[in-house]
Amino acid sequence: MVKQKIVLRFPPNVVEQPIIYMMIKDFDLMVNILRADINPRKEGRLMMEVNGENADYQKAMAWLKEQGLIITNLEQQIIWREDRCTHCGACTVICPTRALYFERPSMNVRFDQDKCIVCELCLRACPARAMETPIDNTLFR
Amino acid sequence: MKVNRSIEEINAKIKKGKAVVLTAEEVTDLVEQKGSTEAAASVDVVTTGTFGPMCSSGVFLNVGHSSPRIKLTEAYLNGVPAYAGIAAVDLYLGATALPAADPANRNYPGEFLYGGGHVIEDLVSGKEVRFEGFSYGTDCYPRRKVDTTIRLDEINEATLFNPRNAYQNYNVAVNKGKKTIYTYMGVLKPNLGNAYYSTAGQLSPLFNDPYLKTIGLGTRIFLGGGIGYIAWHGTQHNPSAARTDNGIPRDPAGTLALIGDLKQMNARWLRGLSFLGYGATLQVGLGIPIPILNEEIMKYCAVRDEEIIAPVMDYYKDYPNLKGGNLGYVNYAELKSGLINLQGQKIPTASLSSYAGAREIALILKEWIGSGRFLLTEPSAQLPSAEDNIVLKSMPRKDPEKREDE
Repeated sequence: MVKQKIVLRFPPNVVEQPIIYMMIKDFDLMVNILRADINPRKEGRLMMEVNGENADYQKAMAWLKEQGLIITNLEQQIIWREDRCTHCGACTVICPTRALYFERPSMNVRFDQDKCIVCELCLRACPARAMETPIDNTLFR
Repeated sequence: MKVNRSIEEINAKIKKGKAVVLTAEEVTDLVEQKGSTEAAASVDVVTTGTFGPMCSSGVFLNVGHSSPRIKLTEAYLNGVPAYAGIAAVDLYLGATALPAADPANRNYPGEFLYGGGHVIEDLVSGKEVRFEGFSYGTDCYPRRKVDTTIRLDEINEATLFNPRNAYQNYNVAVNKGKKTIYTYMGVLKPNLGNAYYSTAGQLSPLFNDPYLKTIGLGTRIFLGGGIGYIAWHGTQHNPSAARTDNGIPRDPAGTLALIGDLKQMNARWLRGLSFLGYGATLQVGLGIPIPILNEEIMKYCAVRDEEIIAPVMDYYKDYPNLKGGNLGYVNYAELKSGLINLQGQKIPTASLSSYAGAREIALILKEWIGSGRFLLTEPSAQLPSAEDNIVLKSMPRKDPEKREDE
């Protein structure tokens, strides 16, 4: 079994295809959508958790690439720059999934990537700008 | 008093490497177990710390004379304006200053990615900073324009001078409104969705000497990773604010003006910050040693988070409109737990001041004193305290259009 969090980037010509339907029906995968930003005739982005047999998962990924989708790991979407973090904790009450949290009693800020759903609220809520994303999000807005 | 110790005696022990130094966090258990008299007999110094956003901060710079000379009337460091209304090449760069080209809140909420605090961080990091200056030209200062780069070690002086730091207690900010607001106390969600606080609680300097009995003019301190001094009481110093039975002010009270040489500080403890929708500022690390002169001082240093309360203030309407009063009080143990109970509602909390940073500063100062590198100072003068009956003033409301006979 495979359990993987991925990000799919759709080129404009694929946006209107029923990609998720195909993933479920043809490849027998369980798909849990975490966040979607898809607009007709524009580039789109879809973040999801995918569960299924390894062989099915590999076939689905190959098929998605054939369709022109770009696949990346969700873990690489939000980066905690610990060297820039001052451990103030401002992010801990903004993060909706507690991926960013206070370790008590030390009161050090910690980042649990498994819980991150890439909502990006932390990016601007962090006064020291210690949270970064490698993608230029303006492309998707 | 059963214990009586002078700063001179403490310094003699520091020089011999025999002073007993504990942080304000470490000392609480000792006092609880042994009582303040016995604890005072065994401890010489307690160190404190805080590492939070402090807008009332900035740096005096002397950038050296150009050839030909210029008497600066306008100056910019990486585009951020510095005050040039003093002598020819003397400037003051404030932590919240923004470049004229900053979009500010035109695209609300603005990001404020680079301001005075960031310039200070760049300078102290040793980075090259673009320096532009303008003037009208005089016979003795003929030049009208300079455009060059400067680095901290290339200029004469850089003196950090912060008119108001180390606030003794501070508001807990919440939002009673129906929309998210963007404040200097962070992003506040509507309907009391979250709360932000901003002190180091039991580690914070002025909670450990609440009546300023040892902290005074000229006290040597940890400032921005280097050595600094207390220059004066801070602006809006309000030591006569109401206090609890243990002497701790219930509301924002005492403040300190701090001074130090930027050249021996470091960027670990001076950080440019960007507050969404509000502006740029500087996160300042500071630590103050408290000499344990007697058991009374020891007792103050034993204060715990649960004994310190702070007022919860609405930043949707009450704070912007300078309304008095608050929504109630909570203590720092509750605030640090991540959840407070206010009027029957559970509100998630987080801080803007780094408690982990505060602890690290107290430990660094402890190491400096323990290893004999840092001696304590006798204050040159006391700062105004509770008995001085200072009343905080708001801006006078006068209508210049109105004549007296109207």
